[in-house]
Amino acid sequence: MGLEEKAGDLGIVTTTLEGVVNWGRTKAMWPMLFGLACCAIEMMAGQASNYDMSRFGLELMRASPRQADLMIVAGRVSRKMAPVLRRLYDQMPEPKWVVAMGDCASCGGVYNNYAIVQGVDEIVPVDVYVAGCPPRPEALIDGILQLHEKIKRDKITDHADGKPIRVEQAERGALKPLG
Amino acid sequence: MVMHAHAYPNIEIPTPSQIAAVALDNEPDENGEQSMILSMGPQHPSTHGVLRLAVELNGENVVQLAPDVGFLHTGIEKTIETKTYTKSIVLTDRMDYLAPMSNNMVYVAAIEKLMKQDVPERAQTLRVLLLEITRINSHLVWLGTHALDLAAMSVFFYAMREREYILDIFEMLTGARMMTSYFRVGGLAWDIPADFIPTVEDFLTHFLPKVDEYEDLLTNNLLWKQRTLGVGVVNAADAIALGLSGANLRASGVDWDLRKTMPYSGYETYQFDVPVGQNGDIYDRYRCRVQEMRESVKIARQAIERLKQMHGQPYITDNRKVAPPPKSEITYSMESLIHHFKLWTEGFRPPRGSAYMAIESPRGEIGCYVVSDGTPQPWRVHFRAPSFINLQALPHIAKGKLMADLVALIASIDPVLGEVDR
Ligand code: SF4
Repeated sequence: MGLEEKAGDLGIVTTTLEGVVNWGRTKAMWPMLFGLACCAIEMMAGQASNYDMSRFGLELMRASPRQADLMIVAGRVSRKMAPVLRRLYDQMPEPKWVVAMGDCASCGGVYNNYAIVQGVDEIVPVDVYVAGCPPRPEALIDGILQLHEKIKRDKITDHADGKPIRVEQAERGALKPLG
Repeated sequence: MVMHAHAYPNIEIPTPSQIAAVALDNEPDENGEQSMILSMGPQHPSTHGVLRLAVELNGENVVQLAPDVGFLHTGIEKTIETKTYTKSIVLTDRMDYLAPMSNNMVYVAAIEKLMKQDVPERAQTLRVLLLEITRINSHLVWLGTHALDLAAMSVFFYAMREREYILDIFEMLTGARMMTSYFRVGGLAWDIPADFIPTVEDFLTHFLPKVDEYEDLLTNNLLWKQRTLGVGVVNAADAIALGLSGANLRASGVDWDLRKTMPYSGYETYQFDVPVGQNGDIYDRYRCRVQEMRESVKIARQAIERLKQMHGQPYITDNRKVAPPPKSEITYSMESLIHHFKLWTEGFRPPRGSAYMAIESPRGEIGCYVVSDGTPQPWRVHFRAPSFINLQALPHIAKGKLMADLVALIASIDPVLGEVDR
């Protein structure tokens, strides 16, 4: 209290540690370079000239899950792909987030059949669902900005004891158990 | 089981389990050399989707490899059996998602063939125009990602920039950027908006010089040439035996383009050349596709000239048994109301029988085989997916090549995994 006024001229800003950490997490997300189907083409368009997701700190697509903290599930997940997807998710270091891009990833989309997993939330926890078949690049960007809002509300204590955030949340009852 | 293409004993296509078996008895040979099994994909930036390649490597050299497909299996063909003919059009978009119009076209054309249904001339001309724009669209994504795989990043940005223009045109026409679902049995879903033709003309004028721009970046680029010239050669006989089609076949010197050899939708009346390569290497495939974009502009321009003369003509057949009547007619005609009701509640019933229709998609010969048992749902629909068949040539082409060339090879074949797995 009052420090800002005194320190203002010195170029000092006061904030909370949580605020800084979350700010850092939102401004340099490294999505995994991982496309599944048609939606991946719109994701590419989002990366390319007209939409340029790097404006929101997302220019570095990492092909290795170990260097990524955001998984954009862009497309339909078949039963053959599901274990691979889960494995990729497990290989990503904490903290990590998942965006289900498109109707297929969100709920199976137009394919209510034997081949397609009816929503990727059956295998990994999803933070943001983006509707559309395929969603426009703007919609994807909006989804990611929603995710940023969510991250800004994260508590550092959510990651207490080095436990993965979702395990901890589930134990607290803050997260509904999956399926 | 090693499969031999008949009369071409030099073509061997191993299966993924054969490659896995190599890992089990992997003893060093008399020189102490041992091969290694590498699993490339299904999550790999250069496999253009979810393709897995089981590769047996000796040092840097590919001894043999087997594509493991099915990671994107969607059950589209089976799902089509449960829907009416019209409803399934949306599913065909989602197979080859880089060229949705071609997929729409082959599906509706197969049904039209089965029902012996005529298509008004204006609809045919519009179809040609849209198919050619789709070809440009698809080749742009191919060019961008192919260059990206060989570390020429700027081409990707240029190509995607022009692609956005095409997507805007599609959006203006259908409301969707990618999944257009615009073709219908007997014609098109609705008429084109008034400013559609000028916009397409604008695009074509804008686009043609851009092709030179891409060529400036790549065609004489020393690095590009070193990665592509003389790499991944397929001779004409092997290309035919492997069932290659599209630019992959033409790059090997085989002049085979369904638009010329088995014309559909009035292609025989357009003036255009089919670019044919000589050496069948990656460079020739690149040259063929780039040249095809210019030819597409040529065809599109001719189509536009014709469309200007056809103003006001119907965009869909007036056969009310397959095409719904206009909404205005329903208000005064009892018959129209019945037709409308029948079409939307039940769908039309093609006669018993089957039909195969093939067209030249950006990737090659896409075919559709429809079997009807006289009910409103097809009994069976099968697609001859060019990506799938072209991809099966990869083990033959990649044999003995460097691992690094494999990346260039996959991109030059231009598979779309959605179409491979369906
Ligand atoms: S939501 Fe639509 S565009 Fe996206 S993967 Fe599914 S079918 Fe393709």
